[in-house]
Amino acid sequence: MNFIVNILSLGIPFSVALLIASLGEMFNQRAGIFNLGCEGIMAMGAFLGMLVPYSIAQGGPTSGIYNILGLVLAMVVGALFGLLFGFVVVTFRAPQGIAGIGLQMFGVGTAGTLFRHFVGGTQSIPGIDNLPIPGLSKIPLLGPIFFSHNLLVYLAFLFVPVAWYILFKTPWGLKVRAVGTNPRAADSIGIQVNKVRFQALAVGGALAGLAGAYLSLAQAKMFSDEIIAGRGFIAVALVYFGHWHPVKIMAGALLFSLAQSLQLAIQGQGINFPYEFAVMLPYVMVILVLAFSRESQLLGPTALGQPFNREKRT
Amino acid sequence: MTKQFRIIYKVSIIILAILAAMLIGAIILWAIGADVLKTYGVILFEPLKSTLQLSEVLLRAIPLTIIALGISVAYRSGIINIGAEGQMAMGILGTTAIALLFPDLPRAVLIPMAVLSGAVCGAFWGFIPGILKAKLQVSELLSTVMLNYIAAQFYTFFLRGPMLDPAEITMGSGTPQSMRLSKNLWLDRFLPGTRLHTGIFFALILALLIYLLLWKTSFGYKMRAAGASSRAARYGGINVTWYLVIAMAISGAFAGMAGAIEIAGVHRRAIEGITGGYGFSGIVVALFGGLHPAGIIPASFFFGLLIVGADMTQRMVGVPANMVNVLQGIIILVIVATKMILADPYLMEKVWRKYQKRTHRLKEVQA
Repeated sequence: MNFIVNILSLGIPFSVALLIASLGEMFNQRAGIFNLGCEGIMAMGAFLGMLVPYSIAQGGPTSGIYNILGLVLAMVVGALFGLLFGFVVVTFRAPQGIAGIGLQMFGVGTAGTLFRHFVGGTQSIPGIDNLPIPGLSKIPLLGPIFFSHNLLVYLAFLFVPVAWYILFKTPWGLKVRAVGTNPRAADSIGIQVNKVRFQALAVGGALAGLAGAYLSLAQAKMFSDEIIAGRGFIAVALVYFGHWHPVKIMAGALLFSLAQSLQLAIQGQGINFPYEFAVMLPYVMVILVLAFSRESQLLGPTALGQPFNREKRT
Repeated sequence: MTKQFRIIYKVSIIILAILAAMLIGAIILWAIGADVLKTYGVILFEPLKSTLQLSEVLLRAIPLTIIALGISVAYRSGIINIGAEGQMAMGILGTTAIALLFPDLPRAVLIPMAVLSGAVCGAFWGFIPGILKAKLQVSELLSTVMLNYIAAQFYTFFLRGPMLDPAEITMGSGTPQSMRLSKNLWLDRFLPGTRLHTGIFFALILALLIYLLLWKTSFGYKMRAAGASSRAARYGGINVTWYLVIAMAISGAFAGMAGAIEIAGVHRRAIEGITGGYGFSGIVVALFGGLHPAGIIPASFFFGLLIVGADMTQRMVGVPANMVNVLQGIIILVIVATKMILADPYLMEKVWRKYQKRTHRLKEVQA
């Protein structure tokens, strides 16, 4: 029983970075933009998130406010990266797949360059502490699984219904879905397609930045070049797996992170299994998931990946 | 529109693009408090100042050329291969396996066999995303990236396990690397005092082969047709999915060969970090070279220069070598945007009209 509780209570915080990043990517893709640069934005977020608490409170006592500053900075720069991507793929209508790779290299490279200059080597930071909810965290079994994480974990899961509400129940969400499904029709009723796409990119970028900052501030409590380790790409795949729907995306993120914590738990039990194959597991899972959910592409935004040109017919 | 205007328009857009790329790079350099002009100076000119550094530039251009050739074949066939990094790693494993199994074969047999084995392993690693795309519509962008991570784990698994240098076990230092490969595999280093090896001629021959394949055979024509417009190609009776898979396999084979040449020529044993970003740089080289062998060769020289130059900035102006990734990322973004601007006839017309208006007004004023 303890074993299962351990897996679940580890797996839930693991899922947060994937969850936030995929929800951001969901907004992008719902608006018709395939942003493969998510990984790069996350790297920037991870670096900036730890930079603020590290440089302000060097060695001294940290306070929560610096962590919040780090998170905000990560979100602002993430949004700027999203807008930069929009400039390339929305304004200039460049092909999104290859441009996303460019953004990824730019983000990872910039984070690495700045990290070497401002921090140097591996430095651990106090990070964000766990915040067990008084009362609820004392419940046996459920307490450690659901109610003894840090604040961001609760907020991330609260954000799932919020994202659902924004996407399906607000005028802006309707606009986002319209420009991703049929931009020409959206344009004909007066929606500014490119403007909505830019907004969606800013939201997606901010969330990707936040996801990265979560990794460095709350999960690893440090920054390294390999901190993202493909989570940005997995997040993009999760959007396909989750059929562009927040709740299903949450299910996907949980599935992945529970698989990861299961793998860690099995390693902890001393079962002899080559370490490298265990690390491979999530990446293999992504490919399998994509291979066996191909009909899901029929459910996706029909204008995904297609730039919109007002002056051109069809 | 005069022809003169067209040329001026295109050239000025390219110049603007280069300036934009350098400007974004300058912002990052400014953020870390580096001397912007000096850093660019070191990256672009310092490696050209000595034969040794120049040979290092050429040394890096060899795998870049081979990988970029493969990527351009895939790109022209309508599939983007981001998996060269993993395909190269698999190629290195294939080559190392042959060299460890048959160390005593004569050079004339061992080298072709080892390179072929590398090519086959790389081709297999490229075939997987190709067939997944063709049969199950899996996005090659995601599957190739995932296969990169998987290949990286395979690579360390083999270097730590089956291929580990026996000396490492007895010494107990535990560095994950293979033993020094058989001398019969080594490529000649023809420039004394440098590491420049005969692989450079191999890369040039491959470039010629790709040119002939894509532009002088019906097979290559069909590939390019599939990439230019898959709908039209299908209508014309071309089996597009089949060419897609073949293109990915060729692309993977090239990345695998790049790995084979790299260990036969430079490292002479499989160690960690050989791929070191070549797979991603290859994408930039292919795009920068206009997806054509004649462009890829100078482009790979240029990016070899950037890689060596960025290594030098670390020592000379204190700018981390990661700066090269920043520049490559920006260059991709700028190239894809610039391509779209150049391909937009309406925009050119707009500029032409403005230009005409201004010249008219000038003439009126002069009159």
